[in-house]
Amino acid sequence: MMATPADTAIRVQGLSKSFGSVRAVASISFDVVRGEIFGLVGPDGAGKTTTMRMLAAVLQSDEGEIIIDGVNVAAEPERVKRRLSYMPQRFGLYDDLTVSENIFFYAELFGVSRTERTTRSETLLNAAGLLSFRRRLAGQLSGGMKQKLGLVCALIHTPKVLLLDEPTTGVDPVSRRDFWAILYDLRESGVTIVLSTAYMDEAERCSRLALLHAGSIRYCDTPARLKEAMPGALLSVSAADPRGVREALAGKPGVLGTLLMGDRVHVRVDDAGNRIPELQALFEQRGIATAPIERAEPGIEDVFVALVGGGSRS
Amino acid sequence: MFGRLSVMLFKEFIQLRRDRWMMFRLIVPLFIQMVVFGYAATFTVHHVATAVLDLDQSQASRSLISHFVATSRFDIVDMARNQRQITRDIVHDRAVVAIVIHAGFSQDLESGRAAPLQVIVDGTNSNTALIALGYLSQITSQFSAEWAARAISLNVSAVRPETGIRLEPLPWFNEGLNERWFFIPGVIGTLTLLQVVSLTAFAVVREREVGTLEQIMVSPIRPFEFILGKTVPFFLIGFGDIALVTAFGLLWFRVPFVGDPLVMLGGSSLFLMAAVGMGLLLSTFSRTQQQAFALNFFLLNPFFILSGFAFPIAAMPRFLQWFTMINPLRYFLVVIRAVFLKGVGVDVLWPQLLALAALAGVMLTVSVLRFRKSLE
Repeated sequence: MMATPADTAIRVQGLSKSFGSVRAVASISFDVVRGEIFGLVGPDGAGKTTTMRMLAAVLQSDEGEIIIDGVNVAAEPERVKRRLSYMPQRFGLYDDLTVSENIFFYAELFGVSRTERTTRSETLLNAAGLLSFRRRLAGQLSGGMKQKLGLVCALIHTPKVLLLDEPTTGVDPVSRRDFWAILYDLRESGVTIVLSTAYMDEAERCSRLALLHAGSIRYCDTPARLKEAMPGALLSVSAADPRGVREALAGKPGVLGTLLMGDRVHVRVDDAGNRIPELQALFEQRGIATAPIERAEPGIEDVFVALVGGGSRS
Repeated sequence: MFGRLSVMLFKEFIQLRRDRWMMFRLIVPLFIQMVVFGYAATFTVHHVATAVLDLDQSQASRSLISHFVATSRFDIVDMARNQRQITRDIVHDRAVVAIVIHAGFSQDLESGRAAPLQVIVDGTNSNTALIALGYLSQITSQFSAEWAARAISLNVSAVRPETGIRLEPLPWFNEGLNERWFFIPGVIGTLTLLQVVSLTAFAVVREREVGTLEQIMVSPIRPFEFILGKTVPFFLIGFGDIALVTAFGLLWFRVPFVGDPLVMLGGSSLFLMAAVGMGLLLSTFSRTQQQAFALNFFLLNPFFILSGFAFPIAAMPRFLQWFTMINPLRYFLVVIRAVFLKGVGVDVLWPQLLALAALAGVMLTVSVLRFRKSLE
């Protein structure tokens, strides 16, 4: 028997999975504390979905162990299923069933009682802004509404652990806000949430993050501590031609990395005090018009690029 | 609480009802097939276009020709004047059969010699040609018999009365050798197989394609509950098919039903179990509905041809006959035809029923095992 501390909702140890010669997940380990929103962050192909599917017991791991709520997933998948809710990137809804019928279907699959179903679906639909769409066929909902309905269906049975695989990809901002409101409510009620995302702004909302790259976890900490761990200082350069700025900075001493952020360029340098005047001089010399260089607060994207690499992404 | 299996069934029936084309897909092909097989599928040959070259121009030759005309089997489209014309008629598809009566035909008859009659048939359609030849020989032997009888009555000593074997055909169970009676029960089996296999396969593959399958599999549902939920509806639809086609055959085409409905019910149940098993099995080989469609199309054709629906199994090469052993349709057709026309029961049909039961068992077991594996 594996002893798990009472506050550990998920324990993952040495988890690996290969597809043919591709090592999709390479021996990852992490713990998720009860009531946490834990984010798996990484670009496409980093192994997020594979990890999620193994957590949900729909994919068998090659090696390693997953304990969810004290239950070994590989040994007792059926027992885990009742405590778990898994929402893949595209939640499987029946397009030819109405919103209510989809909810009814998933409620019955999980053995939710009638009264519980009624009150829970009322609350969830209300939070999702779908109350007035109950009789509409799921196939006639917008992408964002479908994703929210998926969340409602996934939550109809009060799981202890909720797994969300890129839940807000392709979802409009309003639906996204509703979505996150529901997630925060869930956390309040003690549900542990693991979510994967490629959106850095979404990653900021998580209580802890695992930065995933090429199948392994490079860093795992709170967003604030990850930002502290970022080497160097971050400067922000606003310019009419941000690409020109970026090209001018290539290979310059003290410049650790650059990242295009719309009309600005985030420049990571070894020492802000010395480099600001240097760069300012460089731009003047090259005739590149810029606003005065400022220090900037790093976002998760900066941190990710600094810690994991992938600076080639522009 | 409604229960997991019931909610699967409930959902499946709502989906079937919502599918606007479903009723169309279920009913219309059924009636089209019934009409096609009831009216068009026939091996009998009528109104064969025939060219005649009468080089004898005698009373006997004209009498022979009138024998051909008297039946509705042959339509004389050309009284040719020479051999070339006959050739042209056959080449240009104006005639399928050409009859050449040589000069001296009546002389041969009068003198009691065998009178040769030349018959040319277009062998392109071997089936029609064969059947037409059969009629021809029937008509000519009838003509010979009449000629002989007349000769005897005229006391022409040269002609001997006909001796030898006289066939007295006595078809049982279908006195008129009505082909509809043969085809309609067969259609029940083939149509049901087609619909049940494809519907089951598509319904399962669709869940996989849309992603609901994975969603269902993370729920506490057990695989057998899912499988029952996906097969029972189509099993029932299969029964509906059988009932509908049977009613149509009995009421419209007046096919007799002399057997025990319970034997039919039992045979149908076993057959349908094998059919949903086949559908499920097919679904495990397909990721998309398109693949399932292609596979379905590719597989079911041999199942029809190698079932005895139209072509006798006994005439097939040995290795194909072996293949028919694993074809549920083969056994079901025997059962259904026997129940309709012969009225025999389990005492006679037990080998077929046993084979159906064994096939149903094997198909369901294999498909369930494969399906469970395919979930990973």
